Parts: sequence; structure tokens; C-alpha cells
Amino acid sequence: MFPAKLPGNGIFDEMLLADGQVREHYASYWSWLNKRPLEEMERKRREAELLFHRVGITFAVYGESSGTERLIPFDSLPRVIPAQEWGWLENGIRQRVQALNMFLHDIYHDQNILKAGRIPPEQIFGNAHYQPCMQDVDLPNDVYAQISGVDLIRDDKGDWYVLEDNLRTPSGVSYMIENRRMMMRLFPELFSGNSVAPVDHYPSLLLETLQQGSNVSHPNVVLLTPGRYNSAYFEHAFLAQQMGIELVEGPDLFVKDSHVYMRTTAGPQQVDVIYRRIDDDYLDPLAFRQDSMLGVPGLLSVYREGNVSIANAIGTGVADDKSVYPYVPEMIRFYLDEEPMLKNVPTWQCRDASNLSYVLDHLAELVVKEVHGAGGYGMLVGPLSTKEQISQFRDRLIARPDNYIAQPTLSLSTCPIFAESGIAPRHIDLRPFVLSGREIRMAPGGLTRVAMQEGSLVVNSSQGGGTKDTWVLEEPSC
Amino acid sequence: MLSRTAAELYWLSRYLERAENTARMLDVAWNMSLIPFSVTARDELSTPLAISGAKELYMERYGTLQVHNVLHFLTLDRDNPGSIFNSLRMARENAHAVRGKITSEMWESINTTWIELQEMSRAGLLSIGVSAFFDWVKQRSHLFRGAAYGTIMRNDAFRFLRIGTFIERADNTARILGGREQVSGSPGNTAVEFYRWNALLRSVGAFEAYREIYSDALQFENIVELLILRGEVPRSLRSCVEMLCELLPAIEGNAGLNAKREVTVLFARLQYGDMRHIMDVGVNDYLDDFLRRINDLANTLGKEYLEVV
Repeated sequence: MFPAKLPGNGIFDEMLLADGQVREHYASYWSWLNKRPLEEMERKRREAELLFHRVGITFAVYGESSGTERLIPFDSLPRVIPAQEWGWLENGIRQRVQALNMFLHDIYHDQNILKAGRIPPEQIFGNAHYQPCMQDVDLPNDVYAQISGVDLIRDDKGDWYVLEDNLRTPSGVSYMIENRRMMMRLFPELFSGNSVAPVDHYPSLLLETLQQGSNVSHPNVVLLTPGRYNSAYFEHAFLAQQMGIELVEGPDLFVKDSHVYMRTTAGPQQVDVIYRRIDDDYLDPLAFRQDSMLGVPGLLSVYREGNVSIANAIGTGVADDKSVYPYVPEMIRFYLDEEPMLKNVPTWQCRDASNLSYVLDHLAELVVKEVHGAGGYGMLVGPLSTKEQISQFRDRLIARPDNYIAQPTLSLSTCPIFAESGIAPRHIDLRPFVLSGREIRMAPGGLTRVAMQEGSLVVNSSQGGGTKDTWVLEEPSC
Repeated sequence: MLSRTAAELYWLSRYLERAENTARMLDVAWNMSLIPFSVTARDELSTPLAISGAKELYMERYGTLQVHNVLHFLTLDRDNPGSIFNSLRMARENAHAVRGKITSEMWESINTTWIELQEMSRAGLLSIGVSAFFDWVKQRSHLFRGAAYGTIMRNDAFRFLRIGTFIERADNTARILGGREQVSGSPGNTAVEFYRWNALLRSVGAFEAYREIYSDALQFENIVELLILRGEVPRSLRSCVEMLCELLPAIEGNAGLNAKREVTVLFARLQYGDMRHIMDVGVNDYLDDFLRRINDLANTLGKEYLEVV
């Protein structure tokens, strides 16, 4: 029998109840695990590592010598979500993403939500991700974010919260798929005994979604990558291959006579849909950053004429910014006339003087984040920081309060992992991937990210976070 | 197919072939260095240096040809762009850029090669064993080619991979043969001559083929015929160009008129080649002309397929 530890401090654990009993939806896995010798699990762990290395499922780390590739730590103890709970989550996510897309359409058309006074206009027009060039551009199905990743966490009661909405170029879905493939390879018997909802069809859903974003009947879809030194290059290559589309870099594309073409061995070939994994700023050196070598000169004008589709649309960042995040529940009420199912984490906007003074007084208990930050960079986790770190951060905060928001330090639920010391709880989050075409679709579950260090709350892979397989589990029929 | 993808596939296999060729040449040089004919050994050492284009860099650094220096310089030296280490690194980098266009078996093969190479580089050539290292390089090259033959679709990706292989191989064979003739005096039957020709044939893996086809003592003229005109020998100029002549017209689309014409002319010159003509022109001049043509072909191919505007 493996000893399983509770996280303590009243933190919610995905597998264990507060009294240490195993939750019902983990019962089958737990009894299977307890028939396995510890050496076998250790052997499987090494096997997985070897396979990930050989297959090259790695990511490049910024700031380390170029070409440095690292594995994202993979933990083979699955995170299990009962089907019923997932069904509820799915509805909540669908509601949220629908409202976000309606918000983007509104912002780039009539701006009714601003006129109604539900969001202060300066939050939008002062936002670096707001793109005036998108005003009155009509998009197929009125969809702006075809692909979104909604980060979810659970507090000490097990209640779900949205931590952030990723509407630009969310990544990680390749790990969701590869983690499942790895689990099926390592432990095939687990999958015959449990009805785990499959995720392998995600690439075909993605391709359909991209095709629905075009007015052309059999559109030529390509994936635009910044190139092989990008941290998510593995994912770009993986998705292009799984969808059977070309993986292109900026210099492979050119604009001629109001259309986009790619350079092929048989001459120029027209491109209809670009699934871009490049930020807005780098897409078109004629319209945005002139020094960009990654983009395609003239792309924006072709896009505005409707002769090419870009997923996600230009300017979606205005809706997933941390300073706009507090208004998402209001968007749901405004556009859908519904109450939000998923909760927002309470957020203090440091640009507001009274909020700022509260934040400065409570730095030691709050999490402070850059408004435009991502990847776990440039943030302060008060309870886990030294006095010196806090005082340095205080200076930065006072210098540019509008650049920061603050939230209470949520406990984040834990899930057991195979650690050096045996089975031990670690904090996790969940990123489901949401596809919006003519309708909204999701692969069940998503990517569970794990803070591999004991007590750590930072799950980002750039900060040493790992991942595990996520099971949406149907109730056993017998 | 994207032009950039085609270029990366083409260079992937050129670099891999280059690594294999360097290993073949060095393997022979290493064996020769164990035989007490110093002149021949030096000859064997300078050929791979000259072909890799790094002779000047080497002389700058070491001054004299020493077996162990040359071996290190051309195998695991990270600072020599022509080393096997860097050829395999480039092959793997190109594969990384097109990993969606090659099969997972091919990718895993070349990626494993790269992972093992880094370990070997840390261990050093002597602790691995010189011959063992060359065997490993050849085997990794065979393995990748086998994975490619066994798993990839017969499409333009496959064709550009093979085109890279045969351009590099033809270039290599021509240089090995040309490099040797200059040093050689009149052919004779001395032991030195025997080892010289033996080494030449072994470095293109054609010693057994010679024995089987000619069942005769090693003679320069036969060797020239074998490596230029014989279609049965996989590393002969004729074999390489014959493959190119099949591959280029099979590429989809109507591009590449000039490349197709050039390769057809070049193949006709070999298919209907005449030993008397070659000996009249002089083997070196004939090979210089061939090298110019094959490099022209590579340039034309580059312009018409790989960097299309």
C-alpha cells in the first residue's frame, strides 16, 4: 500500500478527502496502483523520460544558450475529473468564451458595452492590445478567438475559479495529447478498465474550426511559426503534422495582388487560412513592428479585405488582458443576460489609487502580476517571498502602478505526484482548450499543469512546472 | 511542397551523407596509419581534410599532419565546421525544422544519433574506439536511410531527401578519385601502390565490387572506370547521376526546366561515356569538369526549387 499524504493547511486535494479517504472517482485507479510494485512505477517513469527525449518532446528555454532544449517534467499519476463535473465546467467555459467573442466583436464594431457604461472606455482604448485597425472588419461567424485556453484553479473548498483567459496564442495542447499517448503506452491496462474520454481527435476538431473560419470552400490552411528556436516549436510542428497542413515561417509567405501565397517547389500557392503562433506585433512589418523578421509584409491589408483568415484574429489581446479580466462576468451578463457559472478571482487594479494602497499594505499575502505578463515572469507571490523581494517589488509597483494587478493568494488544489520521496501532493491548475467555429467545441479535460516543487504555486513550464494526463472519467456502468 | 522545406530536406541528407563519407575516408586513413608506409598515410589524411574544405583551418591550428590531430579535428571537434560532429548537428537541425514532414521513425533515428553523439563527444574519440566510432557513424546513416525507405511516402519530401544524398555522394566520389590521381605516379605493382588503390576503393566501399567485376590486380584505369562509368557500383558517378536523372523529372509541377536539362546532359555523358575519351582528356581534367557540372546542377536546382521567389 502506497502511503498517500494530505497537503495540509486545509488545501483541497483532488484525490483525497480531508479525512485521508480516497475520493470515489479515484478508487479504481488507487486500487490498481496499490497492486503495482514501487520499482515498476520507477521503471515506467524512466521509460517515459527516455521516450520523451527520443521523440524530442521538448521546449526551448528563453535566456539560456540558444538551442537549449528541456523536457517538461511528466508525472504519470493522472488527474481525474468525474464526467458530471466536467459537463458543468464545460458549460461554464462555453458561456465565458462565447461572451468574450461577443465582446471582441462589439469592441471592434459598435462598442455598446462601453456606451452602456459597463466597462470604462479607457480600459479598452488605453490598452496596448487594442487594435484600431480592426474597427469594422467583419469576420466569419463573428469569431475572434477560434482557439482559447481558459486557466482554471480550485480553492480550498474545491470551488472552480478562472485564473485567466488566453485568447492570443494559447499553447500546451500538444502535451495534452502526448501525455495521453504516453499513458496509453505505459499503462494500457488502465484504459481498458476505466472509461477515460479520448482527446486524440483534437487536431481534427482544430482543423475543422480553422476551415470554418474561412469563406473559401476548400481553404488552404497553414500554421505560421516563428521558427525552430521558439519555445513552443515542438507544438507547432506537431499540430501541423497532425492536421496535415504546411508549417510555414514568415519568409515562406508573400503578398501579391491582395492575396497571400506560399513559395513552393511548384511555384506560388494561395493561402486562405493562417493559424498563426506569432504575436500581433510581429505579424506584418508594414503595419506593426517594422523590425519583425517573423511576419509577412502586407498581410494586414489582405486580411482587412477578407482575402485571408487569421486565427486568432488580430486584436484579441484586448479581451484577455489582466486589467480587462475583472470585467468578464459583466460581459456575460451584458451579452448573454445570464449569471456567470465560473467565478473570477477577486482582483485589485493597482491603477486605482484606493486599490493600490490596499495592495501595498497587504503585499505579503497577495499575488501581484504584470498586466501584460505571461509565463510566470515578473510576478510576486507574497507569502512565498522574502522581505527583500517584497520591498524590491514594492518599488516597481509604485513606479508603474498601472502595470500591475493583485489577487489573493489562492491555495490552489493539489494532486498527488510520484516525487523523489514517494507519492506527495503538488499544486495544479487546468487549461482546457476551447475551439470556436460555427459552434464551440472542446476536447474533454485539457492540460493539467503541476508545480513540481513542494509548496510552489507556479505551474508554468518556463518556471520548471510539469504536466500530467487529465482524465474525464465516466462513472463505471456496473 | 514549401521551398524551404525542400531545402531543409535536401540539406538534411547532404549533411548526413557528408558525415558518412568523412567517416569512410577517415576509417581508411586510420587503418593506413597503422601500416608503415608513411607517404600513403599522409595522402589518406590530407584527402578528407581537403574535401571537407578545412585544410587551412587545420594547418593553422596544428601545423603538421598528425593522425590523432586529424582524427579529432574531423570527428568530434566542435569548432571545425567540417567535422562529423557538426555535419550531424546540421543534419539534425534541418530535420528538426521539418520534423512534421518526415516520419516519426526518421525523426527519432536522427534525434537519437544527435543525443548519442553528444555523449560520445563528452567521452572523447579514444575512449569510444576510433573504428567503433566510424562504424557507429555509418550505421546511424544506414539506419536513417532505412527508416526513410521503409516509412516515408513516395512524394517530393522523399525525392528531395534523395537528391541531396546523390549530389553529395557524386561530389565526394569525384573528389576522392581526383585527389588521389594527382599524388599518384605511374601505376605499378609495388606494395605502396597496392595499399594506395586499396585505400581509395575502401573509402568508397567499392573494394569487393572491384574484385568481383575485374578479378584482377588493382589497376588505375579499372578503378577509374569502376568509379565513373559503372552503373553497378552505388557510389560511382554514373549511379549517382542516374538516380538524380530519375528523381528530378518526378518532382511535382513544371518548375526546374534548366535543372532537368542539365541532369539529363550529365547523365548522357556518363551513360555513353568512353574510357578512351576519359584517359585522353586526363582523369583530373575530366573530374574537374564533372565537379563543375554537378555543382552547376546543385546551383540551378537551388534557384529553381529551393529558393523560389
